[in-house]
Amino acid sequence: MSPEIIIGLEVHVELLTESKLFCGCSTKFGNPPNTNVCPVCLGLPGVLPVLNRKAVEHLIRTACALSCTIAPRSKFDRKNYFYPDMPKNFQISQYDLPLATAGKLSIVTAGGEKTITIKRIHLEEDTGKSVHKGTIDCSLSTLEDYNRAGVPLLEIVTEPDMRSPEEAHVFLTGLKDILRWLAVSDCKMEEGSLRCDANISLSPGDGVLGTKTEIKNLNSFKSVREALEHEAARQQKCLASGIAIVQETRGWDEKKSVTIPMRSKEAEYDYRYFPEPDLLPLEPGAQWIREFREALPELPAEKRERFVRDYRIPSYDSSVLTSSPAMADFFEATVRCGASPKAGSNWLMGDISRILNDKSLSLDETPLTPGRLAGMIDLVEKGTVSGKTAKSLIEEMLATGKDPLEIVKERGLTQISGEDAIQALVIEVAQANTEAMHSLRKGNEKVRGFLVGQVMKASKGRANPSMVNKVLDGLLGALPLPEARQDEDDHIRG
Amino acid sequence: MELHEFTAGDIRKLLRERKISSVELTRAYLERISALDDRLKAFITVTKDMALEMAAAADKAFGEGRESTVGGIPLALKDNLSVKGIPCTCGSSILQNYVAPYNATVVERLVSENSVIMGKTNMDEFAMGSSTENSAFFTTGNPWDLSRVPGGSSGGSAAAVAARMVPWALGSDTGGSVRQPAAFCGITGLKPTYGLISRYGLVAYASSLDQIGILSRNTEDCALLLKAIAGQDRRDSTSAGIPVPDYEAALRGKEGNFTIGIVEEFFQQSLDDGIRTLIEQAAHVFEGMGWSLKRVSFPHIRYSLASYYIIAPAEASSNLARYDGSRYGLREPAETTISMFKRSREKGFGAEVKRRIMMGTYTLSAGYYDAYYLKAQKVRTLIKRDFDEAFRECSFILAPVTPTAPFRKGENIDDPLKMYLSDIYTVSVNLAGLPGLVLPCGFSGGLPVALQLIGKPFDEVTLLRAGTAFQRATDFHLKNPPLGEAVPGGSIKESMK
Repeated sequence: MSPEIIIGLEVHVELLTESKLFCGCSTKFGNPPNTNVCPVCLGLPGVLPVLNRKAVEHLIRTACALSCTIAPRSKFDRKNYFYPDMPKNFQISQYDLPLATAGKLSIVTAGGEKTITIKRIHLEEDTGKSVHKGTIDCSLSTLEDYNRAGVPLLEIVTEPDMRSPEEAHVFLTGLKDILRWLAVSDCKMEEGSLRCDANISLSPGDGVLGTKTEIKNLNSFKSVREALEHEAARQQKCLASGIAIVQETRGWDEKKSVTIPMRSKEAEYDYRYFPEPDLLPLEPGAQWIREFREALPELPAEKRERFVRDYRIPSYDSSVLTSSPAMADFFEATVRCGASPKAGSNWLMGDISRILNDKSLSLDETPLTPGRLAGMIDLVEKGTVSGKTAKSLIEEMLATGKDPLEIVKERGLTQISGEDAIQALVIEVAQANTEAMHSLRKGNEKVRGFLVGQVMKASKGRANPSMVNKVLDGLLGALPLPEARQDEDDHIRG
Repeated sequence: MELHEFTAGDIRKLLRERKISSVELTRAYLERISALDDRLKAFITVTKDMALEMAAAADKAFGEGRESTVGGIPLALKDNLSVKGIPCTCGSSILQNYVAPYNATVVERLVSENSVIMGKTNMDEFAMGSSTENSAFFTTGNPWDLSRVPGGSSGGSAAAVAARMVPWALGSDTGGSVRQPAAFCGITGLKPTYGLISRYGLVAYASSLDQIGILSRNTEDCALLLKAIAGQDRRDSTSAGIPVPDYEAALRGKEGNFTIGIVEEFFQQSLDDGIRTLIEQAAHVFEGMGWSLKRVSFPHIRYSLASYYIIAPAEASSNLARYDGSRYGLREPAETTISMFKRSREKGFGAEVKRRIMMGTYTLSAGYYDAYYLKAQKVRTLIKRDFDEAFRECSFILAPVTPTAPFRKGENIDDPLKMYLSDIYTVSVNLAGLPGLVLPCGFSGGLPVALQLIGKPFDEVTLLRAGTAFQRATDFHLKNPPLGEAVPGGSIKESMK
């Protein structure tokens, strides 16, 4: 029996605040080095920290969404160690009294649903960034950029509840959904606003704990999964060949797809934590917390279930539609404007998402409104425009925000449903494709699509397809066809 | 009377009556500084140009009818207070080339009131010490006897005020660093309640104990300066959100009937007999004013020095970690970053600072935290309770400031424990966050001796009223140190008469 994989995660999330955790400097990403700095975040002699209220609100909202217990009294501590990207050589963090503890998040994998326990969530300041010329081992100089120093971070620590790299991956995705949903963080791993450290060990069974290793600074969801898969395999190989696993910190080499040792646990720092004397204890009143809890929006998981239940759409549709608050709200508003839920879902998941992806836009960056989308769906259902026309309509609506009916009138896109007009088109096509007509008449339904397509092409997409079919069927009996060809055809078929 | 002999209160009157200008006054004091400071060594930096500019600005403001409490009056700042564009060395080699890029809140308030900043004064390195002998640059003399220390760590500020080089000055007090040098230099010193004055811009030694304090000639001046700098600051989370009373007006109020607490334990320890006698006499002065004395007992006070020397170094070890040579200050080149840190700190810090960083690092280490730091914090709470208990019955507490008169330079420098004992009567006040006022109360062997009044939290008004009553009844605070006699007071003294 292969040993059980045990995984716990520590997730660092940069919060979406205008200003840093302890000063008024901007948190904007990508500014020139050392432009978002002041005496406070540079830790100059004599400065003092002042706590950002918004960051505390973000923590409380996250804690509510993850069903955490929120401490009536919390405090900040100093974590002391020397590193040049840390202006004060200590980091203001929370140690023994984090603001939130004992939360949970449900995940669904192929193995079913399970609950991951959140051990704690606390606030801390981010560090700056060291830029080494050359490699870290043999650089001639190191430059420091303190723009990030002091940006508020949430540290979310789970219990070692995950049993596979897949579970870790699904947990992270679910956590990211919630954080983005609450607009607490943009969770851009490529910009470092979501960073993950993973602890992994193999248990030989019977609840015996194996020696764990920690994989640091995983910077994409893919690397979290791959690094854990690799590390589990490596540890298993060690166990199988009787090599002891060393408790250590490892890094993930993305290019070689291997974890590599960074430092052994012997060299672990003594952080000399003690209460931060420059900040008062943090005491969010019960009333304040209650207000946040009550104002919490419906979360993605609840919304997903409700969409399936209320709108009777497939759960796949529901999970796509609830991938962002903007998409979910747009969908519901479209339904409220009279569109059928499945049609609304199809358009949003299909053409609209495709066009937005191509242009790297989000729904709220376009002038399209739910009312107009519902209007367009109505035009299709009434047969005023064809499905094909609708595709070009939606493109224009996303670009200009125009009313669909207006576009239809301007461009003369009304669907052709008149029997006479369609008959003329079908006859034209039938005469040009007599063999196909003959084949269809003998019951070869495969060529029907080709013929209808030809009619649609001739009408520039405006012909009503069901009317085309009807006219086509009527015509099949009326056309004279050579007997010999028919026999030959039978013969071939036989 | 010579110009430098006036108190800040007198000067304010003369400025308001247009009898003198701030520029004249500033020139006179600058001359006195340049005449005296070779011998006294009170200043690390004299900001002559800045002072004259500020004086001109003050005169202009007066001309436009804009009066203020401290406007136009020269002032010195301990070199751990940040003034934009001016070196802020903290008496340390590691910050010798550091120029502050921003103003401390107190400096901002003084500048907005057109105060005149004359310079930055000498101090024990990072405010660690009781003699100003731990300055990386030079030792300041005591104006009463140049072979003796001025006390510390605000020794430069105290000596500058005592020698009449400025009418008043700011210092900082973490374990007695304003009160002890005030006592040694024979002037008035106030360490206000923790949180009354913003610490923003005061270079931290031990954050939970540090407080900016005032060194002045008498309690009236103390009240004037306090009024200008006290009050909540949104840049300092520990600054108190309580309304600041008009201390100046409060001094004119009725004195009331005070009960003075006498702490038995303070008079049992190694208190010099001459000092004991003078404090007892001072107590009789208060009795003579109709106030009653009450003996109180502080069972935990004997642990105060021990807990102070755990808490302060612990916080200091963290606060001073930022001086590593990588961003500002002294940098010693080395092969690797960590060895650059080590060598810069090795060269940049003096022996006392290193001693306290090591003590603090040790007591915060895993496995020792509970036994030392946490225990010291618990003792701190008990000491606070001793005071709370006493304040139920007493308006304030009368105590000595130092166990001895000013000692000779070099006398204690090789005996850190003996040096630490000079703070024995002051540290408990910082541990409890209380205000303490120091008043000259006599002379022992020709050297000044002072008493200390310890008040309830944020009750500086009572302290200053009691101190004012004492200074009305006595004249110790009016004595000039001998140094003052031989030195000219400035070229414009004729206009003063």
